[in-house]
Amino acid sequence: MPNTQELEDLVIQVRRDILRMVHKVNSGHPGGSLGCTEFFVALYNEIMELKDGFDMDGNGEDLFFLSNGHISPVFYSVLARRGYFPIDELNTFRLIDSRLQGHPTTHEGLPGVRIASGSLGQGMSVAVGAALAKKLNGDNHLVYSLHGDGELQEGQNWEAIMYAAGNKVDNYIATVDLNGQQIDGSTDDVLPLGDVAEKFRVFGWDVLEIENGNDLDQVIAGLNEAKSRTGKGKPVCIIMTTMMGNGVDFMMHTHAWHGKAPSDEQLETALAQNPETLGDY
Amino acid sequence: MTKYTDQGKQDTRSGFGAGMTELGRTNPNVVALCADLVGSLKIQTFIDENPKRFFQVGIAEANMMGIAAGLTIGGKIPFTGTFANFSTGRVYDQIRQSIAYSDKNVKICASHAGITLGEDGATHQILEDIGLMKMLPGMTVINPCDFNQTKAATLAIAEHHGPVYLRFGRPKVANFTPVDQKFEIGKALMLSEGTDVTIIATGHLVWESLIAAEKLETQGISAEVINIHTIKPLDDEAILASVKKTGCVVTAEEHNYLGGLGESVSRVLASHHPTPQEFVATQDTFGESGTPEQLMQKYGLNNKAIEKAVLKVLKRK
Repeated sequence: MPNTQELEDLVIQVRRDILRMVHKVNSGHPGGSLGCTEFFVALYNEIMELKDGFDMDGNGEDLFFLSNGHISPVFYSVLARRGYFPIDELNTFRLIDSRLQGHPTTHEGLPGVRIASGSLGQGMSVAVGAALAKKLNGDNHLVYSLHGDGELQEGQNWEAIMYAAGNKVDNYIATVDLNGQQIDGSTDDVLPLGDVAEKFRVFGWDVLEIENGNDLDQVIAGLNEAKSRTGKGKPVCIIMTTMMGNGVDFMMHTHAWHGKAPSDEQLETALAQNPETLGDY
Repeated sequence: MTKYTDQGKQDTRSGFGAGMTELGRTNPNVVALCADLVGSLKIQTFIDENPKRFFQVGIAEANMMGIAAGLTIGGKIPFTGTFANFSTGRVYDQIRQSIAYSDKNVKICASHAGITLGEDGATHQILEDIGLMKMLPGMTVINPCDFNQTKAATLAIAEHHGPVYLRFGRPKVANFTPVDQKFEIGKALMLSEGTDVTIIATGHLVWESLIAAEKLETQGISAEVINIHTIKPLDDEAILASVKKTGCVVTAEEHNYLGGLGESVSRVLASHHPTPQEFVATQDTFGESGTPEQLMQKYGLNNKAIEKAVLKVLKRK
């Protein structure tokens, strides 16, 4: 298992990957990707039990589903650096004939991806189904998922939230990225979410919070705490507060970088704030 | 050529239920999901015999489709059950992204399709579902014609890897195809050979086509009746072989003429062998309340309508 410094180095390298990927094609979603970098690095390198290689069924290992598929840059970078596919393939992000589509898909056979996502609000149902399959198969591994906070405006989530609690899907940990931003502005301005943690609680979930989802130690501690709460009759939800655009000063405290790529000069500034650690692709 | 006779009226949804009962006993990977319509889908025996392999999701069809997609990850073969309207239009994007685009082995099983749902009226009578589903890349679309064929189709789709839309109905109709028939996905069935006109039918309209063919025979018209149970992939060869012989075609389906079997047949003919065609189908309209028989009469979906269409298309040869 990597030590803390190695994970911190990986976080910075993943940020660089994200910035360079979206800059190259002048499209993609850096804001939410940067906000969830610590979460992905921790999940794939510290938390999940994973087999070598990839098969779709994923029996005998933990599974992860990305519901807010637009933060594909962080997903692709972490998958590549975990060894699912060659790191150089990050060069093909959003290009024609690439396995790294704008939003993740199984359709091009990219290892590490088990469901297409992009149209929001569908990932939790899929994760619940995969968790049910694990129970049927007598597989004690866990299912994880990540959701944007704005994404909770989609009604299907609440069907899944109700189902998972009502049917005691307790081998499942859903994390909500609470960054308070969506395309048109703050979630409070677009459609207020209210108290998200309390909403999950009253639906019957075991809820815990990570106050700073950009603090690697807090993320690891929170995920470990969530793991310890599985198997007790309730699905587990982590409300993780993050900063969209974290690690790049001019991308923070705004929703402006939800789906916008940096210019050449902006890229240079952003990369200077995140000096190369493990080597660029 | 077998002479088809009604072995006793049964509903096609009960054929689905019988198929599920058998799958419950023979294929441990088959699981079933239902959105609060267990009685309508006739799957109580499957549930009684395999309680752990059944998931009652409540009135939440979008979630049902997503859970079904997730269940395939781990090797399960999920069969979802609700009315055709709630199996397609209501959850189109869930099917599109989480099932079709994600290449998931989900069987979307849809009861109460078409206008013969009857008294509940147009909110529940979907006449657009074949079109919606056949447009999805990789989706197989099947609309069996009677109890026996629906049971056989239910068994066959469990052996087929990939997403399938299986469409069946509510009313009791003639059960005329063989018991324990082998069901070959994508293979048209020649029910009655003829030389003057080809009638290509799916679902409840197949029996009506056989009646129409008998009536036409008394007028000296030799009609060939082909049962297309698989609308996608379509058996182009069987269709072309028949129309090359007869020179005209009538398609018959319980669906809007836009987007249905008829349009699929037209595409084949336009590409390979342009042929006069008449469409027995609803004419871009919603349905309404009434008995199945009254509705089929009013919306031109019975043997009389088929006979009339044949007489019309013969004049265009």
